[in-house]
Amino acid sequence: MSTIIVENLSCTYGIKTPFERKAVKDVSFEIQSGDFIGLIGHTGSGKSTLVQMLNGLIKPTSGKVFIDGTDIWANPKEIRKFRFKVGLVFQYPEYQLFEETVEKDIAFGPSNMGLSEQEIKERVLYAAKFVGLSYDLLKKSPFDLSGGEKRRAAIAGVIAMDPDVLILDEPTAGLDPVGRNVLLSQISQYQKTRKNTVILVSHSMEDVARVTNKVLVMNKGELAMFDKTEKVFARSDELTNIGLRIPQVTRVTDALRKHGINLPSGILTVDKAVYEITELLKKEGRL
Amino acid sequence: MEFITAQNLVFRYIDEDDEQLNINQAKKVLDDVSFTVKKGEFVALLGHNGCGKSTVAKHLNAMLLPTGGKVYIDSIDTSNETEDFEVRRKVGLVLQNPDNQLVASIVEEDVAFGPENLGIEPKEIRKRVDNALKAVDMYDYKNQPPHKLSGGQKQRVAIAGIIAMEPSCIVLDEPTAMLDPKGREEVIRTIKKLNREQGITIVLITHYMEEAIDADKVIVMDDGKVLTQGTPKEVFSQVELLKRHRLDVPQVTELCYLLRSCGVEIDTLCLHTDECIEKLVEVLK
Amino acid sequence: MRDIAFGQYYPSNSILHRLDPRGKILMLIVFLVLVFCTNNYYSLAVVIFAVVAVVLLSKVPVRLYFKSLKMILFIVLITSFLNLFYGTGEPIFEFWVFKITLAGINNAVFVSVRIFCLILISSTLTFTTSPTDLTDALERLMKPLTIFHVKVHEIAMMMTIALRFVPLLLEETDKIMSAQKARGADMESGNLVHRIKALVPVLIPLFVSAFRRAYELAVAMECRCYQGGEGRTRMKTLHLHKRDYVSVAIIILIISGVVLCNVFLPQVVR
Repeated sequence: MSTIIVENLSCTYGIKTPFERKAVKDVSFEIQSGDFIGLIGHTGSGKSTLVQMLNGLIKPTSGKVFIDGTDIWANPKEIRKFRFKVGLVFQYPEYQLFEETVEKDIAFGPSNMGLSEQEIKERVLYAAKFVGLSYDLLKKSPFDLSGGEKRRAAIAGVIAMDPDVLILDEPTAGLDPVGRNVLLSQISQYQKTRKNTVILVSHSMEDVARVTNKVLVMNKGELAMFDKTEKVFARSDELTNIGLRIPQVTRVTDALRKHGINLPSGILTVDKAVYEITELLKKEGRL
Repeated sequence: MEFITAQNLVFRYIDEDDEQLNINQAKKVLDDVSFTVKKGEFVALLGHNGCGKSTVAKHLNAMLLPTGGKVYIDSIDTSNETEDFEVRRKVGLVLQNPDNQLVASIVEEDVAFGPENLGIEPKEIRKRVDNALKAVDMYDYKNQPPHKLSGGQKQRVAIAGIIAMEPSCIVLDEPTAMLDPKGREEVIRTIKKLNREQGITIVLITHYMEEAIDADKVIVMDDGKVLTQGTPKEVFSQVELLKRHRLDVPQVTELCYLLRSCGVEIDTLCLHTDECIEKLVEVLK
Repeated sequence: MRDIAFGQYYPSNSILHRLDPRGKILMLIVFLVLVFCTNNYYSLAVVIFAVVAVVLLSKVPVRLYFKSLKMILFIVLITSFLNLFYGTGEPIFEFWVFKITLAGINNAVFVSVRIFCLILISSTLTFTTSPTDLTDALERLMKPLTIFHVKVHEIAMMMTIALRFVPLLLEETDKIMSAQKARGADMESGNLVHRIKALVPVLIPLFVSAFRRAYELAVAMECRCYQGGEGRTRMKTLHLHKRDYVSVAIIILIISGVVLCNVFLPQVVR
């Protein structure tokens, strides 16, 4: 069963004003339950508008979004239900922390769902564990945490709602390489354990290449590509034309292929490149 | 001629709420940091968040004064408080968040802010503002409000605001951390151009390794100390050391390094994509 | 949409846009006084004529003026309606306890026309002068007040920074609201108390962020050698042009027109 179906989705801002702008144009796709999707595209390509339509924060100008077969706007009064089903973590989510303690802040989502005290408590602990926040931090004020901890606390606030689909908009923005790697592997771990759908919106092709199995590419409000991660990154010329940067290691291996070296296309990580190159050399008996 | 000299710099952060704490018990944010920057050099300062790089930046324009050791800017001792403004005129500081460093609601008026503070003649300010905006390719936007610009454009306006004060050196504290790849490229290109064409000394603080590969000198910091410094090649060749301190190296450098440890014959570790392609073609053909 | 909150400036290149903003502020004040000095229909006609001329000269779409008039239309109608019954003398029309006199009619007309003129003329100033120019002109006009220890430069700097950060904070409010809605915050339903409570998760992050921005801005300003108004110069200097002198001459003509009408033509029964 597929979790998200998007049909001819469009969104236009400022209709009938001089500032009218089509942010998303006639986008259709289907995301299977359990997919780890990377959503890439440069600033202004409509990524943010698209993900906010998936959880009903923005009402599409036309087109439909189906979650588990239900049109989310069939009954506008029930829209909040879908925001619990499709959890969205905004960019720089640490700026939304507001409670006295980290624990209360993470509990904000679950308590809006009307869960019991006991359930809320369990959800908080389970979310904190996923993002690697130690329990003694839970009693602290969120404003006393370090930058990276704040970010993780904010993400835990969405995970605690136990959504079927988790969307993260640029979760690693502004973090240093260590923070980035740690957070990315936590998200990846979360997806593997929970086996739910995760959509990672990112500028970093390296990050997307590392963790996702499918990639959606947006360009000027349109869906440019939607395919398996290796297949998308194999079309490096097209990606470059759209103005996106492919991982450095992929650029190297693509160039090597053009020089007639027999490597497979779509090598996305350094480890994979090392493996393929050494295999090649071994096959030729040079190593 | 050394433009910046940091000599055994120590900085302890004193929590003002805590009266019990005496200064020698306070945590050392910077611990015996020494380095020099020559006039016209492009230096990259790398390290994790919280390693003390921003604290170094604030020492370079006398926003912070050393607890121990000395910082000299163009032979001026920064701990001499009467020289604060002279130091700040010589060393401009660009901060991370472009939104929070623009003062005026029109681009050209913001760029004029610094020179106006220096009490420069109106006609001269006009000239400097126009030149500064041209230097960062933002002249066409001079009458726009900043909130209509992209992140990269705002950051370039912030740089123009510093250039208009005609400093000898610009220190940029993670100017690209909040930008998308396009904005990052714009900013880095601008910085390199200023260094090359106007001979402005650049200290670029960043955690993106690939921004450092074209620098004249790279200083790596960890936990308040200088871990290693030298040319990009010297620094990034120490893959084990950097990895041990959980720092990244550019992907191509790591590729070369790993291939070499698998027994592939690669004599130097590459930093640039093209260099790496050339080398591997040579090895694999 | 956000630009609505951002002053009412309508960019154009009319003669009024190009006038010195200091002059415009002073002329606005003169006009305001003048409107209240009218005491017969002749002088009122002179003022109306002048206002219509100014509105047309501004090259701002008339519908924008109507928009600003619409907002106070209700208040004007109420006050003039009350004024209608508030006059002494021979009633023209009588119904139960209500008496309408000639004086009442005159009062009603004067009150409504005056308010309309006030709104139109002050809208012209905000339509034709950018907020930055206004701030700048106010700073320069208030300069003499420094001898009374009024911190003119500081006030102007605060206004400048406010102009810069208002759009930013509005955008941020939008963003935080969406983020909390994504966590299931319910801001659209419930009674007043509920709705005010629902704002807490928006207001706290907004304040935290505003303070953080203020702190960072202060650092940035210090890095750029800011040390208050002393010894500071300005890039833009204001010079009076021929057009400014001409506008002053015209204003003087209008003043004399109003005064002459007031003195030599019969007053209205009030």
